[in-house]
Amino acid sequence: MEDKQYMEYVHTNAQKSSHIMTLVWAFTVGGIICCIGQGFADLFKFALPEWEKSKIAALVSMTMIFLGAFLTGIGVYDKLGAKAGGGSIVPITGFANSVASPAMEFNKEGIVLGMMAKMFVVAGPIIVAGTVSSVVSGLIFWIIGLFN
Amino acid sequence: MEMFLGYLKAFAIGGLVCMIAQILINKTKMTSARILVMFLLLGVVMELVGVFKYIENFAGAGITIPITGFGSTIVKGAREGAKIGLFEAVTYGFRSMAGGLTAAIFFGFVFALIFKSHSKKV
Repeated sequence: MEDKQYMEYVHTNAQKSSHIMTLVWAFTVGGIICCIGQGFADLFKFALPEWEKSKIAALVSMTMIFLGAFLTGIGVYDKLGAKAGGGSIVPITGFANSVASPAMEFNKEGIVLGMMAKMFVVAGPIIVAGTVSSVVSGLIFWIIGLFN
Repeated sequence: MEMFLGYLKAFAIGGLVCMIAQILINKTKMTSARILVMFLLLGVVMELVGVFKYIENFAGAGITIPITGFGSTIVKGAREGAKIGLFEAVTYGFRSMAGGLTAAIFFGFVFALIFKSHSKKV
C-alpha cells in the first residue's frame, strides 16, 4: 500500500470510529438522563399519591429543567454536551440548557435586550412550533368531536 | 426486579431516541434548535395518531423525558380542552406547556443572573 492510500485508509477508519463513539456517548448519556427522570417520576408518585398523572409528569419535567438550567449555570452541562451531543440536546434538560446558556452568554449585553431577548434564540422556535401544533391539534380534536 | 426492568427500558428507549438525534447531527449537521423542533413535532404526531401511549407504557421516562414528551403533553392538553369547547380546544394545549415553559424561563433567568458565562460559544 502506498503512503497516500494508507493515509486515506487511516482517515476513513478514524472518521468511522469517531462517528460510532459519538453514538455510544449520545445513547449512554441520553439513557442515563431518562433514568434520572424515571427516578423522579417514581419518587413523586410515591410522595404525592393524590396528584393526578399529568401533574406528576409536569413536576418531573420542571425538576429536570431546574437541574438542566443549574448544571448549565455551573458550567457542567456544556462540557457534557461537547461529548454527548444528541444525548444532552434531546432530553428536556437540553431544552433548559438552550434557554439558560444564551441567557448567561448575552447577560453582558444588558438584562432586557441581552439576556431576556437572546434567551429565546433556540427556545423561540420550540415555543412557536409547540403553540402552532397545540392550536392545530385542538382544532382537529374539536372538529372530530362535532361528528361524534 | 420489575422496577429495575422499568429503568432498563427507560435507558434503552431514551438512549435510542438520543442516538437517532446524534445520527442526524452527524449526517446532516443539523443545529440543536432544528433537532429540538423536529423531535417536538415527532412527539406531537405520535400523540395525534395515538402510538405515543403505547411507547410510554413500555418505556416510561425513556420517551417522556426527551422533548418528544413535551410534544405529547401539548396534544394531550388540546384533547382535554376539545371535550369542553372551541375556546378550550385552542388554549388548553398551551396551558399544558405552562409548567415546562415557566420553569425554563424562570430558572434560565435566575441562573443567568447568578452565574457568569463559562464558554465563549453560543
